[in-house]
Amino acid sequence: MTSVLAVELSYWQETGIRMLIGLAAVLLPAGTFVYVYLFKMMSFMQSRLGPMEAGPYGSMQLLAEVGKFFQKEDVIPERADRPVFKMAPFVVLVSTFLLVLVLPAGPDAYFVDLDVGIFFALAVSSISVIGILMAGWSSANKYSLLGSLRATGQLIAYELPLVLAVVGVVIQAGTLNMQQIVFAQADGEIFGWGGIGNPYILTQFVGFALFLIAVQAELTQPPFDMPVAESELVTGYLTEYSGMRFLMFFIGEFATAGVFSGIAAVLFLGGWWVPGLDSSSDWFNVLGPAVLFGKMMFVSFLIFWFRFTYPRFREDQLQKLAWKVLIPLALANIAVTAVLKVAV
Amino acid sequence: MSDFLRSYLTVGLFGALAVGLVGAFIGLSSLVRPTRPQQQKYINYESGVDPVGTGWAQANIRYYIFALLFVMFDVEAVFIFPWATRLEAYGLFGLIEMFIFIFILLLGLLYAWRKGVLRWI
Repeated sequence: MTSVLAVELSYWQETGIRMLIGLAAVLLPAGTFVYVYLFKMMSFMQSRLGPMEAGPYGSMQLLAEVGKFFQKEDVIPERADRPVFKMAPFVVLVSTFLLVLVLPAGPDAYFVDLDVGIFFALAVSSISVIGILMAGWSSANKYSLLGSLRATGQLIAYELPLVLAVVGVVIQAGTLNMQQIVFAQADGEIFGWGGIGNPYILTQFVGFALFLIAVQAELTQPPFDMPVAESELVTGYLTEYSGMRFLMFFIGEFATAGVFSGIAAVLFLGGWWVPGLDSSSDWFNVLGPAVLFGKMMFVSFLIFWFRFTYPRFREDQLQKLAWKVLIPLALANIAVTAVLKVAV
Repeated sequence: MSDFLRSYLTVGLFGALAVGLVGAFIGLSSLVRPTRPQQQKYINYESGVDPVGTGWAQANIRYYIFALLFVMFDVEAVFIFPWATRLEAYGLFGLIEMFIFIFILLLGLLYAWRKGVLRWI
């Protein structure tokens, strides 16, 4: 039993409200990213205006696109494995919705307060690999199969730097709980100085860089977009998907980008907390979501900046980078962090 | 029901929400979208020419080896997390133990490296 605005709520009422907010927390950042980054920022970087017709400054373009997808015919290839083909988008979106659960947006504003927080997030984030394999296999298309195998090879190779980069944060915070990680950053000190707490981007910068690179690869975005390379694999595992089913994958991709940048904001930038206000202050229940969203936009700006400015890697370079550079670096980061934690 | 189980009930409900959302979108679009069946539409896309063979092509065996390597390191990660949360309590003992553990795994990675498994031809 908790109370919101002095109204007592039962578990079911409370969970209903949380699910509505969760729906918004998945769809709104995804929409914002597509409009602000994919439509506008990308266009400006390429010296063009982007969509300008639908609504003022093209701001209704997104609704127009969704309307277009609603009118598309549902084409499933004759040779496809139909049940698996239809199930794949569900699996991908389930992964995204379970991922958003761990994001805390204030001292009392959270979806669920899991003690295994970040570990749970890393675990459910790999469910989407199964969805991608299902999509690629069931399409009975050579491009799809190659694309999904490439995606799987990439996602599991970059899962490791992602997981190992987080370990540094866990060592410093001493907990897996996302909420406690925020508190640990708010109450932390950098070598005895606690003026701005200890946002782990300052003391775990290597971890932050590794995390961002790995997230970029997990999202199969350039420079790591070989699985969906348009010029060689005609969007890989998505080749045979069209209309609404394609839109589901698309929403899943951008919502996952939103959630991952939110997780990066919580782990490395202090989450909903800003310096200068006591971390247990009730104000953060109101202010927190806005602060978290601001930090999310900052992290996702970095992600999309890389996306729009780097050329694609080759498949062998990709695996080499993961296994020969990022994983040893992540292990070294863990070792240094652990030594400092015990010694200081 | 305990708080612990309740929080995982919420997890399950969010999973159901995702299934509901996708189902609702696809279901709604089936009310709006046209259906004009044509045999040619249902042929697999292969750059515009008629597809050759069955569609399930052979794939590079290297993906399998990387998956095996991944399993090794993923298990390692599972062991590192509990240690990382309790490092302060374990102190020097935990540090040395984990260094031995990571060292053995690094040997595995070095072995794979020397054998040329990490090279993608």
